[in-house]
Amino acid sequence: MIANRHGSGASMYFRMLRRAAQLRKGQAAAALAALAIAGAAATAMLNLYVDVQVKLRKEFRKFGANIIIEAKPGEGFSPDAFAQIQSAVAGRGLAVPFAYAVARSDKGQPVVVAGADLEQVQRLNPWWSVTNWPHAPDQALIGARAAQLLSPDGKPFTLRHEGREIHVSPVGTVRTGAGEDSRVYLSLSDFQQWTHLAPSVVELTASGTNSEIASLLQQLQRQLPNADVRPVRQITEGEARILGKTRLTLLSSASFIVLTTALCVLATLTGWVVDRRRDFAIMKALGASDRLIALFVAGEAAALAAAGTILGFAAGIGIAALIGRINFNAPVAPRFSIFPAVLLGSLLVTLIATLVPLRLLRRIQPAMILRGE
Amino acid sequence: MFVRLVYESFHRQRQRKLLVAIAVTLGATVSTAMIGIALGIGDKISHEARAYGANLVVTPEEDSLDVQIGSVNLKPAASGAYLDESALPKIKGIFWRNNIAAFTPELPATVQLNGADTTLLGTYFAKSVKFGTDQFTAGARTTFPWWKVRGAWPDDDSQDVLVGEKLASLLNLQPGADLKINGAQHRVSGILSTGSAEDDQVVAPLPVAQAILGKPGAIRKIFVSAVTKPEDAFARRNPDSLSPADRDRWYCSPYPQSIAYQLQEAIPHSRAEQIRQVAQNEGNVLSRITGLMLLITLAALFTSGLAVSAAMATAMFERRTEVGLMKALGAGHASLSSIFITESVLLACAGGVVGFLLGALLTREIGREIFGSSIGVQPVLLPVILGISIAVTFGGSAVAIRRAVKYDPVLALRGEA
Repeated sequence: MIANRHGSGASMYFRMLRRAAQLRKGQAAAALAALAIAGAAATAMLNLYVDVQVKLRKEFRKFGANIIIEAKPGEGFSPDAFAQIQSAVAGRGLAVPFAYAVARSDKGQPVVVAGADLEQVQRLNPWWSVTNWPHAPDQALIGARAAQLLSPDGKPFTLRHEGREIHVSPVGTVRTGAGEDSRVYLSLSDFQQWTHLAPSVVELTASGTNSEIASLLQQLQRQLPNADVRPVRQITEGEARILGKTRLTLLSSASFIVLTTALCVLATLTGWVVDRRRDFAIMKALGASDRLIALFVAGEAAALAAAGTILGFAAGIGIAALIGRINFNAPVAPRFSIFPAVLLGSLLVTLIATLVPLRLLRRIQPAMILRGE
Repeated sequence: MFVRLVYESFHRQRQRKLLVAIAVTLGATVSTAMIGIALGIGDKISHEARAYGANLVVTPEEDSLDVQIGSVNLKPAASGAYLDESALPKIKGIFWRNNIAAFTPELPATVQLNGADTTLLGTYFAKSVKFGTDQFTAGARTTFPWWKVRGAWPDDDSQDVLVGEKLASLLNLQPGADLKINGAQHRVSGILSTGSAEDDQVVAPLPVAQAILGKPGAIRKIFVSAVTKPEDAFARRNPDSLSPADRDRWYCSPYPQSIAYQLQEAIPHSRAEQIRQVAQNEGNVLSRITGLMLLITLAALFTSGLAVSAAMATAMFERRTEVGLMKALGAGHASLSSIFITESVLLACAGGVVGFLLGALLTREIGREIFGSSIGVQPVLLPVILGISIAVTFGGSAVAIRRAVKYDPVLALRGEA
């Protein structure tokens, strides 16, 4: 419309924008900096807020199994059933079968012996305090309390189960403060050769949101109607609670930070517009309409906002990645999907910050401003 | 003259000054709130982590091995040592007593139920324990918050019992039913669901289990849920090998190890250990969350500092003509700078104090809203916030002041700078 009225309106408009940026480099830079900072803060906080759940879930998986599958008493899992479990959790978790038996030591002391793939146990339960993991056959990992009774000096010992004997040498002790301290752990193949018992418990650690875990539970219950599939409520409920509170804290901190930086942008830009009232008065005196001036200021502000957001977005992703690397030893993946939200937010703030004071200035006669009143 | 100039500047440009003051106040508010949250969140999350239940366990010093697979306890009833129930209140007498969030004793007994061996677990549910003048409610309800009961929790002095949900469906029991255990009649007050071994067990008040075993006053284990600090290299040191000063520091830090050590001192002939699954992982998650909040706080301090500086810088640019006039009247660089510096410091102090108070209020409310208990902000933080505010305002105005001082007064007065 402007172009219709004045032949070179559009080119004049852009020349004004360009010259304004050149002539008032300092102030434009301050406004741009404020916008970039606000953009960086918003980007970093949003990115962290979205990502922290993934990061903390990974930490929570170190708690060990969150699902336990138990066979009917007296029964074990066939390799077929275990393969079904494996395929259900493929790619998002770890399933470790455990076989248990009560054996007797030389002195007739009853002791629980467990058979499991110890390399997988190490991945499942990284909190176990183990002096040395066994690697060779006939080597055993024994609980700290069992060690005191069975092999106080670390010598090999014999275990008896239903008339069959096994001779094991302890290579390391495990300390957890729970039932594991009273057990002897053997590799699954040693255990099965000795007792001919199949695994009766599968411990499963699966990552995912609550609904993903719930659907995995249902799937497993459907596939294994004879087994008892249950979530470890202690772990799942504690996790949900900590996660929820952390995200709430993060969200409230994020909103305060973004609000503060946005208000500072508001203050910076308002000052910037008010300071240029003489320019606008001259434009008006030369015949520019209120609308043209508003359009000019809005264009300028939008260009600043866009540039500031791009700079800030890049910086914000960097900050989030840095925080992720320092705190979680893994970078926070940049989420480009939040860019439109950040851009929209900063455009909104800039337009409010520039057009509102402009409206106030419009009421004043150009002559008064030019006379310095 | 100097005082009048500063006063007049505030008096005449009230709106402009107000804008800058608001920016400084907001920055100080957010800084205070973030620092307060970052320092307080460890304690709060540790309280939340009590949802994981006990992180420490106390067992008899000389104990035989546990022989338990799943829910079936195969430990011979006669074997093993016991702790003394009367020592329990002493738990609330240790140095870190206020960090003990919950505790409960346990005494398992094997009973015949429907022709099968079943474990009956004796424990407290919500029993009032007295140490000195302190009243404390101990029991499974607070120690294991994930235990859920359909029906009612039994009274600690009654003969009522809870039946695990799997056992209940096996025996076809409903809340209110009668159950014969070792010849004695008990009322099933509720069905218990825990998601672990207790689902196959009977859980009864402690005296019931003691009567079945014929061992009044005996308990097998104490589960303790304590608010702790994540362990570090210092926590893992052996207290007996430390120098007296270090030992005091170790003893007076709420590490899982030092609380376990104190429990061991309080309960005779006992051994206290951390339950590593809970204690270790909790410490791990805790240090991640506190680390995250600290880093975010740093980032927040930095960004709000810069944002306030930018607001300050624009406010300074506007005063070119004023500077020109003062210079034309003969003001030197030093006096000009001191006026502006005084102004910024005044603004920073006012904004800092108001911001600190608002921030402390905000922190308290966030704590109440999210964690159900307020997070306190230490008054020690005030000078820190004031220092940061002054540095930020000063940093923001420094460039502008330097430029303003350098202007040619003629150009500035004609408005051409």
